[in-house]
Amino acid sequence: MNVTNNMRVISICLVSILMICGMMFTLPHFSSQETFSGRVLERGSSGQDVVELQERLKYIGYLKDVTDGKFGWNTYWAVRKFQKDFGIKVDGKVGSKTQRLLVSKTKYNPTAKRENVHQGKQATYKAHGHSANDIKLMANAVYGEARGEPYIGQVAIASVILNRVESSSFPNTPSGVIFEPRAFTAVADGQIWLTPNENAKKAVQDALNGMDPTGGCTYYFNPATATSAWIWSRPQVKRIGKHIFCR
Amino acid sequence: MYSKIAGVLTPILAVAVIGLGMWGYQENQEKNSILIKAENQYQRAFHDLTFHMDQLQDELGKTLAINSRRQIDGTMSNVWRISSVARSDVGQLPLALMSFSKTEEFLAKIGDFAYKTAVRDLNKDPLSEKEYENLKTLHSRAVEIQSELRRVQSKVIDQKLRWMDVESALASEEENLDNTIIDGFRTIDKTVNEYSDIDFGPGIQTLQNKERFSDKNLTGKKITEEEAKKIALQFLGIQAGQANVKVDRGGKGHEYSAISVAVTKPAGNNTIHLDVTKKGGHVVWMINNRNIAKQKLDIQQAVQKGKAFLEKHGLKNMENYTTEQYDNTAVLSYVYSQNGVRIYPDALTVKVALDTGEVVGYQAEQFIFNHKENRKFVTPKLSMKQARKEVNPNFKVQESRKAVVLNDNNDEVLCYEFMGTVSDQAFRIFINVENGDEEVVEKLDKPGKIG
Repeated sequence: MNVTNNMRVISICLVSILMICGMMFTLPHFSSQETFSGRVLERGSSGQDVVELQERLKYIGYLKDVTDGKFGWNTYWAVRKFQKDFGIKVDGKVGSKTQRLLVSKTKYNPTAKRENVHQGKQATYKAHGHSANDIKLMANAVYGEARGEPYIGQVAIASVILNRVESSSFPNTPSGVIFEPRAFTAVADGQIWLTPNENAKKAVQDALNGMDPTGGCTYYFNPATATSAWIWSRPQVKRIGKHIFCR
Repeated sequence: MYSKIAGVLTPILAVAVIGLGMWGYQENQEKNSILIKAENQYQRAFHDLTFHMDQLQDELGKTLAINSRRQIDGTMSNVWRISSVARSDVGQLPLALMSFSKTEEFLAKIGDFAYKTAVRDLNKDPLSEKEYENLKTLHSRAVEIQSELRRVQSKVIDQKLRWMDVESALASEEENLDNTIIDGFRTIDKTVNEYSDIDFGPGIQTLQNKERFSDKNLTGKKITEEEAKKIALQFLGIQAGQANVKVDRGGKGHEYSAISVAVTKPAGNNTIHLDVTKKGGHVVWMINNRNIAKQKLDIQQAVQKGKAFLEKHGLKNMENYTTEQYDNTAVLSYVYSQNGVRIYPDALTVKVALDTGEVVGYQAEQFIFNHKENRKFVTPKLSMKQARKEVNPNFKVQESRKAVVLNDNNDEVLCYEFMGTVSDQAFRIFINVENGDEEVVEKLDKPGKIG
């Protein structure tokens, strides 16, 4: 028992050491450091190393607001100011030089801050004006409505939700659109409360990035089950998977 | 023997029957109470709607009676607020999949019109004759909607009509529904539809129908399906014959007419989808939902890959302005830059996989339908320094440049763009180069569309 446990611990250690070595090998121009992950951080980066960056910038008064782990404009300008004040190249990117300088000038307690980010701070991050929770809700709706559909069909459903939010004939919030009585069958029969998979979340993200396979549709229906004459009278755009999309 | 068994079983059976009865009764009670709750929600939304339509009609009536400009601002703000509440009421009624959309649109338009009027400086720019006429028409239409709603309302109360019946009637999908509420709402929508020709002025018009995304704004000739296939393969960098290509011509409802192309490589199991416009053969969007391995590139390298991809497809002078990482992909937005002036309406998005640097997503709707080479810019009447003074003094400017954005009326305007912070929040503010107006104020750190 003890022997096998020890073996397991040793093998896990070995594997992780190998993985770390592998990462260093693939990114040879970054010096190894105890802190930061070794990659270049810049606008758009996110993750634990961005939290570290923000914490360090806060430590010397270059940043005041939350450490959300997202390298946004605020962090960017703080980095630029830091680079300017300390006389290194001002590019707003946190490469090995800036990282080393930051490490020497500031302190960071990795264990204390890790909890801070996990306490739901992610949920307040906004993409395209929709909160992470709005996105979750839309992913739920997409999964409930179209989990058997090809990926492109799921993006299409997410697009219809977003097109409805934009349209003046529908409520103007994602929740208003999703929970409009009789609008979605998945809402009526409770399938919306199934746990969505990664694909549904990715589909919503792609739709938010503007990819709209429907070309601006606000309706869709399954021709095998829909009997409403009204829905058939809408101008049809195309068929994706089982659904016909129309305006 | 039998009597013994019967003697034991009878009381058990009796208890079981009574138990079952009680359970059934309770279930039924619970079901009824949930039905009543749902019905009450509908009733509330419906009576709220009639109440708000009453108010809306009153406030619109007031604007006709009022003479002073300042008072109009007040009533217009009320109209704007009430119309939005009324829309929210409609959204809570089980009216989806029946034609009530014209009425919702009507409410939205009233709201837009009222908002524009409320925020306008009516001392400088008073209501025109036509706008006054519009107000009159809006009012008379609101009166019609309200009187029909009132009629339905009194029937609902007098005859104890239930919204749950509306729901089940609509669900039954019968051709000839005999339902007072449904009839009433259909009449309202028909009334609104009869006068759909009202002209709300340029701003509202463009807000409603995105005419910008029409074939008119495209350059080039009509293409065939074969040409669309070729364009798709060339866009993806795949040799002809190396992949299975399918096309779908699409129906008539499309905003712009496009051919959908699906490309499947025999090796991979995923299908890449693209839309190519019928006129000019422009790729509007592309999605490649392949599995993405471990991250090998950083964002800086992804930005370069994106730029190289765009240049390969003849899109020069594209400047990257936002970067965002989702899992192992980078979503990068680019705008066209003409002599250093960023043209924000000419925007496109590229999604780069961070394992190989391959472009796995592309979205260029705005760019394709807006892009023009060699725009003519107005000569600025303000210098950047003067424009800076128009910005809130608490705003700490970090970056500034010239840029073109769309204003509220969807017109392109040349501005000075100031990026910076106010109380630790990042914003960008666009100041018109001619009159110093703040055209657009946008909160940053969310990659939204601009203009």
